[in-house]
Amino acid sequence: MTEISGLDRRDVLKRIGLVAVAAPGLSVLSACATGGSDDTKGGDVSSSGDAKNPFGVDAAKPLNVVIFKGGLGDDYATQVHEPMYAKAYPGVKIKHEGIVEIGKALQPRFSSGTDIPDVVANAGTDLMDTGALAEAGHLQDLTALWDAPSLDDPAKKIRDAVLAGAPEAGLVAGKPFLMAYVSSTYGLWYDSELFKSKGWTPPKTFDEFKTLAETIKSEGITPFAYAGKNASYYAYWMILISAAKIGGNQVLIDIDNLKDGAWTSPAVEQAAAAWAEINTKYSDKSFEGLIHTEVQTQQNQGKIAFYPSGSWLENEQAASTPKTFKYGLAPTPSVTASDALPYEAIRVAAGEYYFVSAKGQNPSGGLEYFRQMLSKEGAKGFTEKSGSLTIVQGAAEGLTLSPGLSSVFAAQQAAGNNIVTTSLFENWYKELETELRRQTNNLMYGRSDAKKFCAAMQKAADKAKKDAGADLQTRTA
Amino acid sequence: MRQGRLPFIVGFLAIPVILYAVFVIGPYIQAFQIALTEWNGYKAPEFIGLQNFRDLFEDEAFTSALKHHLWILITLPLATLVIALFFSFLLNVGGGSGKNGTMTGVRFSGFYKVVFFLPQVLAIAILGVLFQSVYRPTESGMINGLLGKVGIAPVQFLNDPKIALWSIIGVVVWQSVGFYVVLFSAGMSSIPKDVFEAAALDGAGRFTLFFRVTLPLLWDTLQVGWIYLGIAAFDMFAIVQVLSVDQGGPDNSTTVVALEIYRQVFRYSELGYASAMGVVLFFMTLTFAALTLRVTRRERIEY
Repeated sequence: MTEISGLDRRDVLKRIGLVAVAAPGLSVLSACATGGSDDTKGGDVSSSGDAKNPFGVDAAKPLNVVIFKGGLGDDYATQVHEPMYAKAYPGVKIKHEGIVEIGKALQPRFSSGTDIPDVVANAGTDLMDTGALAEAGHLQDLTALWDAPSLDDPAKKIRDAVLAGAPEAGLVAGKPFLMAYVSSTYGLWYDSELFKSKGWTPPKTFDEFKTLAETIKSEGITPFAYAGKNASYYAYWMILISAAKIGGNQVLIDIDNLKDGAWTSPAVEQAAAAWAEINTKYSDKSFEGLIHTEVQTQQNQGKIAFYPSGSWLENEQAASTPKTFKYGLAPTPSVTASDALPYEAIRVAAGEYYFVSAKGQNPSGGLEYFRQMLSKEGAKGFTEKSGSLTIVQGAAEGLTLSPGLSSVFAAQQAAGNNIVTTSLFENWYKELETELRRQTNNLMYGRSDAKKFCAAMQKAADKAKKDAGADLQTRTA
Repeated sequence: MRQGRLPFIVGFLAIPVILYAVFVIGPYIQAFQIALTEWNGYKAPEFIGLQNFRDLFEDEAFTSALKHHLWILITLPLATLVIALFFSFLLNVGGGSGKNGTMTGVRFSGFYKVVFFLPQVLAIAILGVLFQSVYRPTESGMINGLLGKVGIAPVQFLNDPKIALWSIIGVVVWQSVGFYVVLFSAGMSSIPKDVFEAAALDGAGRFTLFFRVTLPLLWDTLQVGWIYLGIAAFDMFAIVQVLSVDQGGPDNSTTVVALEIYRQVFRYSELGYASAMGVVLFFMTLTFAALTLRVTRRERIEY
């Protein structure tokens, strides 16, 4: 999610060529492009409870690690996690690949069943569809990992050493197939120095938001903006978070479960109406044509007050942020006086997915690699190299935090147990997600209203339910 | 000599034909087969008959993409060819008779030819970046900056669903005109000069010269141009991808079939469904080319 990149022409041609030419074309040479076995049974790996080597890793077996080389880089793997693994299993051979276009490089390898990597950081614009991978039996069930003893405290299961809900963030078809490693906190970002100098404080309710927006507007600053061209999902996150605050997390769970009428619930409609009012009155329609970095840079230049995003923002903007600009995070304002969750409630979600291949040469090695990543040492190294926090609890202790990350900590402290759950449908049903982007821009730029927005999304959700058939995914919490 | 010819021809043609068969014909045939399946690219495909094609015509994004192709098919060749014809006429014949009674173009026509051709050499990605600034919806945009000077509010070129598609077609016209100016110039220079001179001597003005002499004699070249542009109208993928809001938006107002294919493959992993779209696109392009050739067929004029 942190990486949005354009495509150049060659790329585009190559990609489109892949549909009509390359993918089927290979089959003439290799007899069967559409091949791949129907065997959906992956290798079973269980945890023995042995704190040293719970998965029975064989140091003689090499480990093939593929890392997405995007916004986070791949230094965290080559300089932190891989050396840790090699130290724990002396003599082990690690084959590292830092790849930008994950899907293009790996899809043929999974499809043909040869040279399957053991550990994959599946991210970027060209990530692989994990639903499809799971269906084909390529993903290793991570139950054993979450139940294995933590490296830091053998008496503790890894499940209890990470953020609550983090293992569930990696559910595919009801099974923990993915590890969501990075923790991101979502809300409205502003320049705390600018606000201090003007005497403004982030609004706690939408009424306060509107009053403050009038003041900000009169100073010649745009009160709120998001990039419609490629980041309309930043706006729908705000709508969904507000909907959860109004009606409780159940609203988002119902949406993920494609429950009948989930989108037309009063909470979603109220949230949509509240945000549509802010964007139509206190933003500018020209932002629909800009990309996220353009809008973010305008905020750095002091032209925009509030920007909806996640905690990677500060790191992403490091190069264009002036020294006087200090990122601060505010929770989304309360919509009604009777909201189910308090103002302080905030979305903290696990993201950035990693998986172990069930049909690779070394699934137990992959699980052990994850266990190293989920230790405090591995997580701390990751935060140092990539500037992002992880799901590992207490791993950032002792690190000097930037203004943005400190405000994330403060917000998390204030929120306590009032955590807005993450939305899984974004990854489960891509077509529904695409429709949501479209409808979000329609709503936020005044081409539609909250009622029409909810009706259009309900229609798309009904279609997703019909298309999914037996593959319908569910979550309970 | 005779018996040596066959191995000679086979020797030269074998490799290109095999490559063509393996990398072009083969995949085309297989796309037809994949179009009849449900396939996510990882699991074995499942045969579902014509279901994909039935779904296609209920697919709102796909049908609006088809509608856009229809508009592009009408406007893109028409606008490009008319502008290109006009320019190439001016560049080659529009200057009237020169010193020796031969037809010449307007002054500096050599320089204009280079200027017109320049956009053609730009990659689409560069074009996208360029027009991002030209169309920028604030006063820092090139067009809106000028409009702002005369007090017109910024036009939302790519943000307004009503004009977004036309804005993108405009970019493609701008880019294509140069190539056809050069193509038509070549066509015009192959028309014998005496034909023009004879017509001019008989008192034909520039208008008559153009419609009665140039156009009929240029018909073949025009037909080729029309087919090229028609086929280009069925593509448009790259420019829409780089320039449009929300890839094919706002509100699906600029989406094209190739973009929907891309989305089905790389976002939804629906390779069978995407192939079905590809098959439809294949037949549309083929039908268009065949129709154009048939409808525009005329007696060839021999000089």
